[in-house]
Amino acid sequence: MQAPILQVKNLSVSFQTYAGVVQAIRGVDFDLKKGETLAIVGESGSGKSVTTKTLLGLNAPNASVKKESQILLGQDNLASYMEKDWDQVRGAKIAMVFQDPMTSLDPTMTIGKQIAEPMEKHLGMSSKESEKAALTLMKDVGIPDAEKHINDYPHQWSGGMRQRAVIAIALAAEPDILIADEPTTALDVTIQAQIINVIKAQQKKRDMSVIFITHDLGVVANVADRVAVMYAGKIVEKGTVNEIFYNPKHPYTWGLLSSMPTTSTALGSLHAIPGTPPDLLYPPKGDAFANRNDYALDIDHEKQPPFFKVSDTHEAATWLLDERAPKVEPPMEIQKRQAYWRENFVKEG
Amino acid sequence: MQNPAAKKQVAIKNVTLTFNKGKKNENKALDNVSFDIYEGETFGLVGESGSGKTTLGRSVLKLYEPDSGSITFDGQEITRMKRKELGDFRRKAQMIFQDPQASLNGRLTVSNILGEGLDEAGYPKDKEKRRKKILELLEMVGLNEDHASRYPHEFSGGQKQRIGIARALAVKPKFVIADEPISALDVSVQAQVVNLLAQLQKDHGLTYLFIAHDLAMVKYLSDRIGVLHWGKLVEIGTADQVYHHALHPYTKSLLSAVPEPDPVKEKAHHVTSYDPSFEKDGQDRQMVEVESGHFVLATPSEAEKYKEKQNEWQ
Repeated sequence: MQAPILQVKNLSVSFQTYAGVVQAIRGVDFDLKKGETLAIVGESGSGKSVTTKTLLGLNAPNASVKKESQILLGQDNLASYMEKDWDQVRGAKIAMVFQDPMTSLDPTMTIGKQIAEPMEKHLGMSSKESEKAALTLMKDVGIPDAEKHINDYPHQWSGGMRQRAVIAIALAAEPDILIADEPTTALDVTIQAQIINVIKAQQKKRDMSVIFITHDLGVVANVADRVAVMYAGKIVEKGTVNEIFYNPKHPYTWGLLSSMPTTSTALGSLHAIPGTPPDLLYPPKGDAFANRNDYALDIDHEKQPPFFKVSDTHEAATWLLDERAPKVEPPMEIQKRQAYWRENFVKEG
Repeated sequence: MQNPAAKKQVAIKNVTLTFNKGKKNENKALDNVSFDIYEGETFGLVGESGSGKTTLGRSVLKLYEPDSGSITFDGQEITRMKRKELGDFRRKAQMIFQDPQASLNGRLTVSNILGEGLDEAGYPKDKEKRRKKILELLEMVGLNEDHASRYPHEFSGGQKQRIGIARALAVKPKFVIADEPISALDVSVQAQVVNLLAQLQKDHGLTYLFIAHDLAMVKYLSDRIGVLHWGKLVEIGTADQVYHHALHPYTKSLLSAVPEPDPVKEKAHHVTSYDPSFEKDGQDRQMVEVESGHFVLATPSEAEKYKEKQNEWQ
């Protein structure tokens, strides 16, 4: 098996606030292989954005990364980096595309210059070379009439075009890893489809790894090779995209999949997850999802479940997978998915 | 599908609305829009940003004045309403907003926020009666008495939206416009609010105009759906007609772009692109009924093609 290019081990991040210490990430492990797309799914406050910001050292000054955390990029442990060390990582090895293209562009600099800047900084190009390369990159990400628009300012462009520019900037210094944090959430669906295609095409061309952060399971189904589901600062389930969508094991994943309608969901069959996510100022003792979980066992309120292995690529942190746990029937929507799984993915014998 | 004998709650006819009229940045936000909303149904309005869906919702509540066309509520023309009639209308038609934080007064307790609604509805001042009524409203939206004395900032987004809904219902409306009521909420909470809206409709016989950009949610909640593009309605039909038998190329393109939580389907997913140039060919297009209740914006020759297509499906 190919060695991962990024390994995150036991990552914990907390924030010092006036109200106390918020434990935003509470021990997260995952790895990323070359050329693959890992989607991190979760709702706001689940820690998915903090995780990725930590990978780039972009957290607010009140954040602290726990000592035993490791973020291994090759031989380097990014978790121990000081501010001055980050320069050689940001943009050069790991680059990021944010949700809002307007706030991630500099309104006072032409788009061409913004794309050229990382090339000069990280690849040592002259300004002439970088301008040429910027033009090529603008064409790559599908900006029409690039020659005519290279000296435009961001405000002259639509949201979709701006997001293309942001992607071009992220790709400029040829990073190994692209983090896309809700890159299409602010866009209309038709534009979303275009932006996803741009990211996929560039990923293929460059054999780049992508971490895709989103709460939209439709987008995940489209882009992901593997999926990690986050809840209350922890990963609760991870597996290949097919394992997560057709054979999910964690009740939170069940809840997410049955609380989002598709265009063929009949009225009355939408299952809502009751309650709201826990306050991470005071993380609960057991499984953080237990209070909202119809399938919670007594032990869920007492003890944090470990990861149980479902397959070589699939694991879930739920006591339901313990051999002593009672057998439960998942919600209807999930049973349908599991039937599809048995028909199409489980080999006979 | 709506009962053919159902009463029209809202009738919108040939409404055109232009912003910045006569100026350089003139913008025709609504262009000859017509449709009816029947009593007790949910009419969903979909379209991309800038399509005019919010403008349309606000026009129906008389927050904007159209250039031409007519909007009637219970048969009464709203553009010509006098002060007293308007007060009446404002009680019967309520709005639930996208951002529950911005739509609640942060200096009032929940009980005062709901109380303002009760004042508006002319509810008796008797303290005990009021307390009971407020409790009833809170329970209706899944909150309880403890919440009454708290301020909006003490609530989560989903709970704030519940308060917004309770506030809208305090005046006993018949018609509610929900403009992106769930897009600011966490995914796991969105379904709670949508289910609540559906339940309240059932219990109180409400009529909804549901505006959202989440196409799957609109389909889920709506009986009938209208598709807006650049200020024009391009297709109207039952939720099934529009989503499963879309005829207008814009509707098809819009729907094809919705990703579904199904990796096998998604990996083979093809998005149909839309070429808007044909809309600008100068030909006159009217809403044509291609099957019962299913209207498409088309020229007579396009309408023939759509009808043929429709027959193939049947």
